[in-house]
Amino acid sequence: MTGRARFAFGMLAFGYAFLYLPIALVIVYSFNESRLVTVWSGFSLKWWRALFANEAMLEAAWLSLRIALVSATGAALLGLAAGYALVRAPRFPGRTLFGSLVVAPMVMPEVVMGISMLLLFVGSERLFGGPDRGFLTIAIAHTTFSVAFVAIVVQARLTDFDRALEEAAMDLGATPWVTFRTITLPLIAPAVGSGWLLAFTLSLDDLILTQFVAGAQSQTLPMRVYSSVRLGVDPQINVLATIVVTIAACALVLSGWLTRRKV
Amino acid sequence: MRFVIGLPFLWLGLFFLLPCLLVLAIALGTNAPDSVPPVELGFSFKSFALLFSDDLYLAAWLSSIRIAATSTLVALLLGYPMAYAIARTAPNRRPLLLMLVVLPFWTSFLIRIYAWMGLLADNGLIEQFLRWSGLASNPGTILGTEWAVHLGIVYAYLPFMVLPLYATLEKLDDSLLEAAADLGARPLAAFLTVTLPLSLPGIVAGCLLVFIPAVGEFVIPDLLGGTGTLMIGKVLWDEFFTNGDWPLASAVAVCLLVLLVGPIAIFQRNQARSLEKRS
Repeated sequence: MTGRARFAFGMLAFGYAFLYLPIALVIVYSFNESRLVTVWSGFSLKWWRALFANEAMLEAAWLSLRIALVSATGAALLGLAAGYALVRAPRFPGRTLFGSLVVAPMVMPEVVMGISMLLLFVGSERLFGGPDRGFLTIAIAHTTFSVAFVAIVVQARLTDFDRALEEAAMDLGATPWVTFRTITLPLIAPAVGSGWLLAFTLSLDDLILTQFVAGAQSQTLPMRVYSSVRLGVDPQINVLATIVVTIAACALVLSGWLTRRKV
Repeated sequence: MRFVIGLPFLWLGLFFLLPCLLVLAIALGTNAPDSVPPVELGFSFKSFALLFSDDLYLAAWLSSIRIAATSTLVALLLGYPMAYAIARTAPNRRPLLLMLVVLPFWTSFLIRIYAWMGLLADNGLIEQFLRWSGLASNPGTILGTEWAVHLGIVYAYLPFMVLPLYATLEKLDDSLLEAAADLGARPLAAFLTVTLPLSLPGIVAGCLLVFIPAVGEFVIPDLLGGTGTLMIGKVLWDEFFTNGDWPLASAVAVCLLVLLVGPIAIFQRNQARSLEKRS
């Protein structure tokens, strides 16, 4: 091994340690007896019991899950349409604007998007008397933010797509809609699936956008976590972190399997 | 097809473009604490003038850019060798190594930052380690300093640096390096004249993917930085939620967008070029 390669592999090991040690410690300390994260005082499941008895936290988790389901599904549909349009419709009025509208939410600072969406909802409240801020407004905000991620995955998949398959179907008499449903959609479904998962995760995790558009009544899981963490370290959050990391690892394996499945 | 274009177009126009225009409109209004919402529409540049005349805001802008830039550099110095090493392993091992880089991104951002709170806290493990290893005899609490903010940004955005770097380094043709070696270039010279220039698109993409979100970052300076750490995302948040000054917060948002238009445009041109190369 050359010196350069040895250096690179050393850095790789350091990088993984850097990425995983904090997470590993949080997981270990979720079983700690003591409230402090600086001392280990023995194994205990009391923080696990405490979290599962924490009604407010469970309620917030349930709300977050429902919002994530709705917004990921919305984002998958809109992202599928947007990605399809970007690859298959080379020319239409406003295409440049459309292209930048699709990707802009991805690079927009979240605080800016948060304040802008809140202003929209406040404006519509004044003009039309609704919608009330809460589930619906959060779901709309998350959908808007996630469309870009689905569209990009779909776009990449369609760029590598063999159009001869669609042409064959059309030659055999299939209508464009039937061709799309029986040929195109099944082939790009893995991309839509992993886009959906990404949107779901982003929604479940979002704090900033949510904090702006949520009303006084709705508290999502990240909002609860944030308000508890601001006051300092809380062992119940360690337990939550352990659960989240486990779910994320499973989701990632699933999504890797979906995208790597060969056509 | 009309429906396929129209539906996302309409959605994004209504829920993304229109809100952006609203921010501009509110930024030109004036603060009216007694009305609901606390804004009086108009055409005044008062909020912008305040932003540019008050030293506090100026300091927040400068330190946001400085913190984001140094963190991006550190992430590049760490991420480049990582991506390089992954690209040099056997192809069947790469998916696993990449997945290990991406996995933290799939866990909660908030929780990953929280993980550092305990580590960096007063008498936390990092401080104990520094004292034990003799690196620093009296390091003091790191939580609440700019060090902690840098660390948090590098930690949170490292995957965004590694992935695009890996994408360009993976495609690098080994025969180019062999040719350079045959022509008498030493490994370092070959790296500097062949590998580095060819991975430039990845460097640009990675740096912008870290720099752009880091400038407007709120959670990291709020949880890891102390009262002394000024960042513009936090200023916007505080103006909005604590002071209730919507026009000023909107003006900060407008300025943040203007500041990031350049980097975002470079990023998109860079992406479009590499997408073109693929097809």
